Amino acid sequence: MPSSPFITRSTSVSAIMFKVLLALVPGIALYVWFYGPAILVSLALASVTALATEAVMLKLRNRPIKPFLSDNSALLTAWLLALSIPPLAPWWLVVVGTMFAISIAKHLYGGLGSNPFNPAMIGYAVLIISFPLHMTHWLSPLGLGQAEIGFADQLRYIFSGALPPGLTLDAVTMATPLDTLKTQLHMNRPMQEITAMPIYGHLAGHGSEMVAVGFLLGSVYLFANRIITWHQPVAFLGTLFLTAEIFHMVDSGHYATPMFHWFSGAAMLGAFFILTDPITSPTTPKGKLIFAAGAGFLTYIIRVFGGFPDGVAFATLLMNICVPLIDAYTQPKVFGHKAGKK
Amino acid sequence: MLFHFHGGIHPDEHKLESSERPSARAPLPSRLIVPLQQHIGAKTKAIVQAGDKVLKGQMLARADGMVSAAVHAPTSGTVLSVDLHAVPHPSGLPDLCVTIEPDGEERWIEHAPLDYRAMPRAELLAKLQGAGIVGLGGATFPTHVKLSINPAQTVETLVLNGAECEPWITTDDRLMRERAAEIVQGIEILRYLVNPAETLVGIEDNKPQAIAAMRQACTGTDIQIITVPTLYPTGGEKQLIKVLTGKEVPSGVRPLNVGVSCSNVATAYAIHRLVNHGEPMISRLITVTGSVRTPQNFEVLIGTPVEELVKFAGGALPGSNGFILGGPMMGLHVSNGQLPVVKATNCIIVESAQLFPPPPAAMPCIRCTRCVDVCPAELQPQELHWFAKSTNFGKAQEYNLFDCIECGACNYVCPSHIPLVQYFRFAKSEIWAREREKRAADAARERHEFRLLRIEREKQEKAEKLAQKEKAALAAKAAAAVAPATDSAPAAVQPAPAAAESAADGATQSRIQAAIDRAKEQAAASKEKDTDILTPQQLAEMAEIEARRADIREIAHADAKQQQEQQ
Ligand code: SF4
Ligand code: SF4
Repeated sequence: MPSSPFITRSTSVSAIMFKVLLALVPGIALYVWFYGPAILVSLALASVTALATEAVMLKLRNRPIKPFLSDNSALLTAWLLALSIPPLAPWWLVVVGTMFAISIAKHLYGGLGSNPFNPAMIGYAVLIISFPLHMTHWLSPLGLGQAEIGFADQLRYIFSGALPPGLTLDAVTMATPLDTLKTQLHMNRPMQEITAMPIYGHLAGHGSEMVAVGFLLGSVYLFANRIITWHQPVAFLGTLFLTAEIFHMVDSGHYATPMFHWFSGAAMLGAFFILTDPITSPTTPKGKLIFAAGAGFLTYIIRVFGGFPDGVAFATLLMNICVPLIDAYTQPKVFGHKAGKK
Repeated sequence: MLFHFHGGIHPDEHKLESSERPSARAPLPSRLIVPLQQHIGAKTKAIVQAGDKVLKGQMLARADGMVSAAVHAPTSGTVLSVDLHAVPHPSGLPDLCVTIEPDGEERWIEHAPLDYRAMPRAELLAKLQGAGIVGLGGATFPTHVKLSINPAQTVETLVLNGAECEPWITTDDRLMRERAAEIVQGIEILRYLVNPAETLVGIEDNKPQAIAAMRQACTGTDIQIITVPTLYPTGGEKQLIKVLTGKEVPSGVRPLNVGVSCSNVATAYAIHRLVNHGEPMISRLITVTGSVRTPQNFEVLIGTPVEELVKFAGGALPGSNGFILGGPMMGLHVSNGQLPVVKATNCIIVESAQLFPPPPAAMPCIRCTRCVDVCPAELQPQELHWFAKSTNFGKAQEYNLFDCIECGACNYVCPSHIPLVQYFRFAKSEIWAREREKRAADAARERHEFRLLRIEREKQEKAEKLAQKEKAALAAKAAAAVAPATDSAPAAVQPAPAAAESAADGATQSRIQAAIDRAKEQAAASKEKDTDILTPQQLAEMAEIEARRADIREIAHADAKQQQEQQ
């Protein structure tokens, strides 16, 4: 027998996830503009893999396939992962990462809503630990590499690993701006000289900074639709900024500007699309702030002092561990309990 | 100045369907089925039987106990039966009802207005109870209990609830538009009873005509009409008090504790009918809306079958499939049109799949906290849901499950379409059940311990008696034997048994003390969450929740089973 309430507002999980996908589009468009269409191939590969893995896992776990397959959550994981790894990578890299993300990080933990870790970030972590070399071959922005290959050649490389004769992988790819900064600093080049290199643009890496701007733009749509709140982005970007600012102020020859950190790597993606994942972040406002501030600080530390090219993924995962604890300790007061009874 | 409560939602109002037609008096139905319990609290005692002729307004059942309210014949006629009949109650269980066949004459029992100002307050309150006046806002808590103020309490603010925040319902709107002057007379009686420093009538801003009518009726009085923003659930008692006074009624206590008394405008009207016309509560205004030909408000005799009332509104439209008694947020779904309307019934919405499509299949919670954003009790529904689902009831209580007013706002916004309120009802009823079982077990254990104690004591006593006997025998023997000797011998023997006796006594005493301490400890331990500190209101709610249990349990178990099957 049905019981009250008898009316609901017609939002759905799949509509929410779809809006998040839409919000990624400006960033993706700028990605294509600056790096060519290879990213679309990895997005497609990841999407297909994600849906297939999701279907298989649902089947194995005896869950209804249709409602879950159409909830768009697997697609979102796929896109976030694809955007975190180099587009010019062998096809199996993105496939393995996505399969791992969906099957292990999501379904083995109980599927939608039950996974403590962000599946895309788990996928990323697994790839960077298992295939570190492949994960460093980022496409050069168009017009900056020693050589450029067309889309057809990119496709051939992705699926067969063969490059046009005479070209090496190093010629068409380069390290990320974050990575370059780290290695150059190691070689004792002064900061000013490094950031004058052509791979750097106005704020951070040429091209990649604009992709970050794209994600920032997409976030407006998320805010407008009330899909995310200000807490995580502000706390994350704020802490990242502050930490970077302090180091930069102390020694500007060795530590990049806060802006550089904001617009490098996955900072913007993380602030608006990864740390805001409701399933793997705290539910209380205070908790969200603590969670994202922690991630901002860890991101900086891992980037600057750690061995990995970027810190967002590991910072997110580390903070994911703390979520239940943060939630438990940040429970707000309930109506009628505020006067500090007895 | 107005205040805010947390959260709230803006569901489609659907008020215009019924609000623009004047209310009408519903014709006499063919039969009236009057449930003997139409309030929260203790049952009533029937004082009529089958075959009796009754007059309109004649008492059918008298209040039994403090939290109880009498029930009266809505019209004159013959009592056909006093028997179990289906009633609108979440449990779906039948209850005792007096079924009356109207004679069509509407002959009133003798009744007269009350000169309330000449009456001590207690007497007036007793009249309210005798006239079956209960809160008409939906809770049907006996009004005389609500207005009982102990001398230590002063009422700063009397709040009249005219918010009517639930969609579809327009009875208070129509009542205020059409009978504002009478409502104000009722308010004056309330003011006499609680003697407030200020009187505020809160009305949502989607009822401009009602506001205007009430303003006009209040000119020259101290009563202030306050327009409050339309937001569900502003009509919740604690929510409206917060909005109007800024006071937050602490959890588990009555508004009186913060100096506020709150009643519904329809209750004020009912009080006016009693005091100024001598009429007990035998009818009320009810909105008939939804999938009917002419949605409208009716003055309806309590006990009118739902189906007959719907016919008065032009009948249900094709495709109708059941009724909601109350609003779509907190109402009760019934499919049986034979159910009578009761004092709690403010609205009948005829359902159709078009108006109320079944919700999409539930998905897992994605922790999006939309539910948190709208919860007027500032709870964490997603956590409560999790605890209820995993039957971790201790945690649910820790997260203040019992502060949930079951308003359904969380349920309404949940993108995963989780039947959150159902989970909460289930958890509440399970907790009550467990506590009751625990109390029963405690009592049993206590009984057992006392029994052991008694046996022990009896044994002791026997032993002592035996010892005494032996002692006496011994003494006699000794006396006989040593009679010629000195007197000192028996005296020397004497102290030994006495010492033994007092030792035994001491042991018993300490054992009793230990048992008492234990009992005290248990009482103290269980008190924290126990019903002992609850208000009568909550006790009553509890009873109601209890009744829902069977139904909800079934759902939950079916749910669990389904999940098991899936896994
Ligand atoms: S609204 Fe629904 S899905 Fe969102 S947190 Fe609340 S219960 Fe979970
Ligand atoms: S039903 Fe309970 S938990 Fe849900 S919004 Fe209302 S008070 Fe909050």
